[in-house]
Amino acid sequence: MFDAHVEVTHLPGIADPAGATVERALPALGYTNVAQVHIGKTIRLSVEAPDAESARRQVQEMCERLLANPVIEAYEVVIS
Amino acid sequence: MSARVGVVVFPGTNCELDVQFAVDQLGGRAELLWHGDATTKGVDAVVVPGGFAHGDYLRTGAIARFSPVMGAVAAHARTGGPTIGICNGFQVLCEAQLLPGALQKNSGSKFLCQTVELRVETVSTALTSLARVGDVLRIPINHFEGNYVCDERTLAELRAEERVVLRYVQNPNGSLDDIAGICNAEGNIVGLMPHPERASDPLLGSSDGLVLLKSLLAAATSRATILV
Repeated sequence: MFDAHVEVTHLPGIADPAGATVERALPALGYTNVAQVHIGKTIRLSVEAPDAESARRQVQEMCERLLANPVIEAYEVVIS
Repeated sequence: MSARVGVVVFPGTNCELDVQFAVDQLGGRAELLWHGDATTKGVDAVVVPGGFAHGDYLRTGAIARFSPVMGAVAAHARTGGPTIGICNGFQVLCEAQLLPGALQKNSGSKFLCQTVELRVETVSTALTSLARVGDVLRIPINHFEGNYVCDERTLAELRAEERVVLRYVQNPNGSLDDIAGICNAEGNIVGLMPHPERASDPLLGSSDGLVLLKSLLAAATSRATILV
Protein backbone atom coordinates (compact mmCIF):
# COMPACT_ATOMS: atom_id res chain seq x y z
CA MET A 1 0.00 0.00 0.00
CA PHE A 2 1.40 3.40 -0.95
CA ASP A 3 0.32 6.81 0.24
CA ALA A 4 -0.09 9.41 -2.46
CA HIS A 5 -0.10 13.13 -1.88
CA VAL A 6 -1.49 15.09 -4.81
CA GLU A 7 -1.22 18.84 -4.99
CA VAL A 8 -3.45 20.58 -7.54
CA THR A 9 -2.65 24.20 -8.35
CA HIS A 10 -3.87 26.74 -10.88
CA LEU A 11 -1.81 27.04 -14.04
CA PRO A 12 -0.03 30.40 -14.38
CA GLY A 13 -2.47 33.04 -15.60
CA ILE A 14 -5.53 31.24 -14.27
CA ALA A 15 -7.61 33.27 -11.83
CA ASP A 16 -7.09 32.43 -8.15
CA PRO A 17 -9.57 34.69 -6.35
CA ALA A 18 -9.15 32.78 -3.07
CA GLY A 19 -5.40 33.42 -3.13
CA ALA A 20 -5.89 37.06 -4.11
CA THR A 21 -8.39 37.59 -1.29
CA VAL A 22 -6.06 36.11 1.33
CA GLU A 23 -3.23 38.21 -0.06
CA ARG A 24 -5.33 41.32 0.48
CA ALA A 25 -6.28 40.21 4.02
CA LEU A 26 -2.77 39.50 5.37
CA PRO A 27 -1.63 43.16 5.48
CA ALA A 28 -4.52 43.82 7.89
CA LEU A 29 -2.63 41.63 10.40
CA GLY A 30 0.56 43.55 9.81
CA TYR A 31 2.06 41.19 7.23
CA THR A 32 2.77 43.81 4.63
CA ASN A 33 5.68 41.81 3.20
CA VAL A 34 3.62 39.05 1.56
CA ALA A 35 3.08 38.47 -2.16
CA GLN A 36 2.23 35.62 -4.53
CA VAL A 37 -0.38 33.89 -2.34
CA HIS A 38 -1.78 30.87 -4.16
CA ILE A 39 -4.44 28.50 -2.91
CA GLY A 40 -4.70 25.02 -4.34
CA LYS A 41 -6.02 21.63 -3.33
CA THR A 42 -4.43 18.71 -1.55
CA ILE A 43 -5.75 15.23 -2.21
CA ARG A 44 -4.42 12.31 -0.17
CA LEU A 45 -5.10 8.72 -1.07
CA SER A 46 -3.79 5.22 -0.48
CA VAL A 47 -3.29 2.97 -3.43
CA GLU A 48 -2.62 -0.75 -3.62
CA ALA A 49 0.19 -1.33 -6.11
CA PRO A 50 3.12 -3.74 -6.62
CA ASP A 51 5.69 -0.91 -6.43
CA ALA A 52 6.02 2.84 -6.02
CA GLU A 53 6.47 3.45 -9.74
CA SER A 54 3.24 1.71 -10.61
CA ALA A 55 1.45 3.59 -7.82
CA ARG A 56 2.76 6.87 -9.21
CA ARG A 57 1.66 5.96 -12.75
CA GLN A 58 -1.83 5.14 -11.56
CA VAL A 59 -2.21 8.32 -9.52
CA GLN A 60 -0.93 10.40 -12.44
CA GLU A 61 -3.55 8.79 -14.63
CA MET A 62 -6.20 9.64 -12.00
CA CYS A 63 -4.99 13.24 -12.14
CA GLU A 64 -5.25 13.37 -15.94
CA ARG A 65 -8.71 11.81 -15.95
CA LEU A 66 -10.39 13.31 -12.90
CA LEU A 67 -8.39 14.92 -10.10
CA ALA A 68 -7.16 17.87 -12.18
CA ASN A 69 -8.36 19.66 -15.29
CA PRO A 70 -5.32 20.16 -17.53
CA VAL A 71 -6.90 23.22 -19.16
CA ILE A 72 -6.68 25.23 -15.95
CA GLU A 73 -4.72 23.17 -13.41
CA ALA A 74 -1.30 21.66 -12.80
CA TYR A 75 -0.64 18.76 -10.42
CA GLU A 76 2.20 17.17 -8.54
CA VAL A 77 2.23 13.64 -7.15
CA VAL A 78 4.38 12.52 -4.22
CA ILE A 79 4.36 8.81 -3.36
CA SER A 80 5.54 7.54 0.04
CA MET B 1 -46.30 15.92 -32.41
CA SER B 2 -44.33 18.11 -30.01
CA ALA B 3 -40.58 17.90 -29.93
CA ARG B 4 -39.30 15.98 -26.91
CA VAL B 5 -36.63 17.73 -24.89
CA GLY B 6 -34.78 15.79 -22.20
CA VAL B 7 -33.63 17.83 -19.22
CA VAL B 8 -30.84 16.13 -17.28
CA VAL B 9 -31.10 16.11 -13.50
CA PHE B 10 -28.03 15.42 -11.35
CA PRO B 11 -28.09 15.56 -7.56
CA GLY B 12 -27.70 19.31 -7.01
CA THR B 13 -29.20 20.46 -10.31
CA ASN B 14 -31.68 23.25 -9.59
CA CYS B 15 -32.80 24.81 -12.88
CA GLU B 16 -34.50 21.77 -14.41
CA LEU B 17 -38.07 22.88 -13.63
CA ASP B 18 -37.48 26.36 -15.07
CA VAL B 19 -36.23 24.82 -18.31
CA GLN B 20 -39.10 22.34 -18.33
CA PHE B 21 -41.64 25.13 -17.80
CA ALA B 22 -40.17 27.31 -20.56
CA VAL B 23 -40.02 24.40 -23.03
CA ASP B 24 -43.59 23.36 -22.26
CA GLN B 25 -44.82 26.97 -22.61
CA LEU B 26 -43.41 26.98 -26.13
CA GLY B 27 -45.28 23.80 -27.04
CA GLY B 28 -42.42 21.37 -26.59
CA ARG B 29 -42.54 18.35 -24.32
CA ALA B 30 -39.87 18.45 -21.64
CA GLU B 31 -38.96 15.26 -19.79
CA LEU B 32 -36.62 15.03 -16.83
CA LEU B 33 -33.76 12.57 -17.29
CA TRP B 34 -32.33 11.26 -13.99
CA HIS B 35 -28.54 11.12 -14.06
CA GLY B 36 -28.44 7.56 -12.76
CA ASP B 37 -30.32 6.14 -15.78
CA ALA B 38 -27.99 5.43 -18.68
CA THR B 39 -30.43 6.61 -21.35
CA THR B 40 -31.80 9.76 -22.96
CA LYS B 41 -35.08 7.87 -23.62
CA GLY B 42 -34.98 8.75 -27.31
CA VAL B 43 -35.60 12.48 -26.81
CA ASP B 44 -34.99 14.83 -29.76
CA ALA B 45 -32.86 17.31 -27.81
CA VAL B 46 -31.03 17.35 -24.48
CA VAL B 47 -30.57 20.25 -22.09
CA VAL B 48 -28.06 20.02 -19.25
CA PRO B 49 -29.43 22.75 -16.97
CA GLY B 50 -27.86 24.89 -14.30
CA GLY B 51 -27.24 24.14 -10.65
CA PHE B 52 -24.50 22.46 -8.67
CA ALA B 53 -24.25 18.95 -10.09
CA HIS B 54 -22.85 16.59 -7.45
CA GLY B 55 -22.28 19.63 -5.24
CA ASP B 56 -19.63 20.89 -7.69
CA TYR B 57 -17.19 18.85 -5.57
CA LEU B 58 -13.62 18.71 -6.86
CA ARG B 59 -14.47 21.09 -9.76
CA THR B 60 -17.67 22.27 -11.37
CA GLY B 61 -18.94 19.49 -13.62
CA ALA B 62 -16.05 17.14 -12.83
CA ILE B 63 -18.07 14.37 -11.16
CA ALA B 64 -21.21 14.85 -13.28
CA ARG B 65 -19.23 13.79 -16.29
CA PHE B 66 -19.11 10.24 -14.92
CA SER B 67 -22.85 9.94 -14.21
CA PRO B 68 -24.44 7.02 -16.11
CA VAL B 69 -26.63 9.36 -18.19
CA MET B 70 -23.61 11.12 -19.67
CA GLY B 71 -22.66 8.22 -21.96
CA ALA B 72 -26.11 8.46 -23.53
CA VAL B 73 -25.90 12.26 -23.71
CA ALA B 74 -22.53 11.98 -25.49
CA ALA B 75 -23.95 9.41 -27.93
CA HIS B 76 -26.94 11.70 -28.63
CA ALA B 77 -24.63 14.70 -29.11
CA ARG B 78 -22.09 12.88 -31.30
CA THR B 79 -24.82 11.73 -33.67
CA GLY B 80 -25.92 15.32 -34.25
CA GLY B 81 -28.57 15.53 -31.53
CA PRO B 82 -29.18 19.10 -30.32
CA THR B 83 -27.43 19.35 -26.93
CA ILE B 84 -27.41 22.50 -24.83
CA GLY B 85 -25.51 23.12 -21.60
CA ILE B 86 -26.67 26.10 -19.58
CA CYS B 87 -24.40 27.50 -16.84
CA ASN B 88 -23.42 24.45 -14.75
CA GLY B 89 -24.50 22.42 -17.80
CA PHE B 90 -21.89 24.28 -19.89
CA GLN B 91 -19.27 23.38 -17.27
CA VAL B 92 -20.39 19.73 -17.43
CA LEU B 93 -20.15 19.64 -21.25
CA CYS B 94 -16.61 21.07 -21.06
CA GLU B 95 -15.55 18.52 -18.44
CA ALA B 96 -17.10 15.79 -20.61
CA GLN B 97 -14.99 17.10 -23.50
CA LEU B 98 -18.04 17.61 -25.68
CA LEU B 99 -16.92 21.26 -25.83
CA PRO B 100 -13.33 22.58 -25.55
CA GLY B 101 -11.91 24.76 -22.77
CA ALA B 102 -12.99 25.29 -19.18
CA LEU B 103 -14.82 27.75 -16.97
CA GLN B 104 -12.62 29.27 -14.27
CA LYS B 105 -13.61 31.57 -11.42
CA ASN B 106 -14.85 35.05 -12.32
CA SER B 107 -11.97 37.49 -12.57
CA GLY B 108 -13.58 39.93 -10.11
CA SER B 109 -13.73 37.24 -7.35
CA LYS B 110 -17.49 37.74 -7.08
CA PHE B 111 -20.48 35.52 -7.63
CA LEU B 112 -22.47 37.34 -10.35
CA CYS B 113 -26.25 37.42 -10.51
CA GLN B 114 -27.42 40.06 -12.97
CA THR B 115 -28.97 40.60 -16.36
CA VAL B 116 -26.39 41.10 -19.09
CA GLU B 117 -26.45 41.99 -22.76
CA LEU B 118 -25.30 39.33 -25.22
CA ARG B 119 -24.51 39.71 -28.89
CA VAL B 120 -25.45 36.85 -31.19
CA GLU B 121 -22.31 35.98 -33.18
CA THR B 122 -23.41 32.98 -35.21
CA VAL B 123 -26.78 31.59 -36.17
CA SER B 124 -25.62 28.22 -37.53
CA THR B 125 -26.30 26.47 -34.23
CA ALA B 126 -29.08 24.54 -32.54
CA LEU B 127 -29.58 27.46 -30.14
CA THR B 128 -29.47 30.50 -32.43
CA SER B 129 -30.95 29.46 -35.79
CA LEU B 130 -33.93 31.80 -35.39
CA ALA B 131 -31.86 34.79 -34.23
CA ARG B 132 -29.88 37.20 -36.40
CA VAL B 133 -26.17 37.92 -36.15
CA GLY B 134 -25.77 41.15 -34.22
CA ASP B 135 -28.99 40.77 -32.22
CA VAL B 136 -28.49 41.93 -28.64
CA LEU B 137 -30.30 39.81 -26.04
CA ARG B 138 -30.85 40.67 -22.38
CA ILE B 139 -30.49 37.47 -20.37
CA PRO B 140 -29.48 36.83 -16.73
CA ILE B 141 -26.25 35.22 -15.60
CA ASN B 142 -25.89 33.55 -12.21
CA HIS B 143 -22.47 32.06 -11.61
CA PHE B 144 -19.11 32.09 -9.86
CA GLU B 145 -17.20 30.03 -12.43
CA GLY B 146 -18.16 31.62 -15.74
CA ASN B 147 -14.81 32.93 -16.89
CA TYR B 148 -14.23 30.98 -20.09
CA VAL B 149 -10.65 29.96 -20.83
CA CYS B 150 -8.93 27.78 -23.43
CA ASP B 151 -5.50 27.52 -25.04
CA GLU B 152 -4.53 29.81 -27.93
CA ARG B 153 -4.94 27.17 -30.60
CA THR B 154 -8.48 26.38 -29.44
CA LEU B 155 -9.37 30.07 -29.39
CA ALA B 156 -8.03 30.52 -32.94
CA GLU B 157 -10.08 27.51 -34.01
CA LEU B 158 -13.25 28.81 -32.33
CA ARG B 159 -12.83 32.16 -34.08
CA ALA B 160 -11.92 30.75 -37.50
CA GLU B 161 -14.83 28.31 -37.47
CA GLU B 162 -17.25 30.91 -36.11
CA ARG B 163 -17.94 28.82 -33.05
CA VAL B 164 -18.27 31.70 -30.61
CA VAL B 165 -22.07 31.73 -30.39
CA LEU B 166 -22.65 34.59 -27.92
CA ARG B 167 -20.39 37.36 -26.65
CA TYR B 168 -20.94 39.66 -23.67
CA VAL B 169 -21.43 43.26 -24.76
CA GLN B 170 -19.75 44.24 -21.47
CA ASN B 171 -17.60 41.44 -20.15
CA PRO B 172 -18.75 40.77 -16.55
CA ASN B 173 -16.44 37.91 -15.55
CA GLY B 174 -13.13 38.18 -17.41
CA SER B 175 -14.12 35.59 -20.01
CA LEU B 176 -11.56 35.17 -22.80
CA ASP B 177 -12.58 37.16 -25.91
CA ASP B 178 -15.85 38.13 -24.14
CA ILE B 179 -17.12 34.58 -24.73
CA ALA B 180 -20.52 33.78 -23.20
CA GLY B 181 -21.25 30.70 -25.30
CA ILE B 182 -19.55 28.38 -27.79
CA CYS B 183 -20.49 25.40 -29.95
CA ASN B 184 -18.87 22.35 -31.53
CA ALA B 185 -17.88 22.30 -35.20
CA GLU B 186 -21.31 21.01 -36.25
CA GLY B 187 -23.22 23.56 -34.19
CA ASN B 188 -25.46 20.97 -32.51
CA ILE B 189 -23.69 21.16 -29.13
CA VAL B 190 -23.87 24.59 -27.50
CA GLY B 191 -22.74 25.69 -24.05
CA LEU B 192 -23.52 29.08 -22.55
CA MET B 193 -23.31 30.68 -19.12
CA PRO B 194 -26.46 32.87 -19.35
CA HIS B 195 -29.87 31.35 -18.54
CA PRO B 196 -32.33 31.73 -21.47
CA GLU B 197 -35.07 30.04 -19.41
CA ARG B 198 -34.90 32.94 -16.94
CA ALA B 199 -35.66 35.37 -19.76
CA SER B 200 -38.63 33.52 -21.19
CA ASP B 201 -41.50 35.77 -20.14
CA PRO B 202 -41.98 39.55 -19.81
CA LEU B 203 -42.91 38.90 -16.15
CA LEU B 204 -39.30 37.80 -15.58
CA GLY B 205 -37.99 41.11 -16.84
CA SER B 206 -37.03 39.90 -20.30
CA SER B 207 -38.30 37.48 -22.90
CA ASP B 208 -35.13 37.67 -24.99
CA GLY B 209 -34.31 34.04 -24.16
CA LEU B 210 -37.32 32.87 -26.15
CA VAL B 211 -35.58 33.13 -29.52
CA LEU B 212 -32.91 30.73 -28.22
CA LEU B 213 -35.41 28.26 -26.78
CA LYS B 214 -37.51 28.42 -29.95
CA SER B 215 -34.38 27.71 -31.99
CA LEU B 216 -33.73 24.70 -29.78
CA LEU B 217 -37.28 23.44 -30.31
CA ALA B 218 -36.89 23.94 -34.07
CA ALA B 219 -33.68 21.88 -34.00
CA ALA B 220 -35.42 19.22 -31.90
CA THR B 221 -38.37 19.09 -34.29
CA SER B 222 -36.10 18.74 -37.28
CA ARG B 223 -34.18 15.97 -35.50
CA ALA B 224 -37.48 14.19 -34.78
CA THR B 225 -38.42 14.42 -38.47
CA ILE B 226 -35.06 13.08 -39.64
CA LEU B 227 -35.20 10.12 -37.27
CA VAL B 228 -38.77 9.22 -38.28
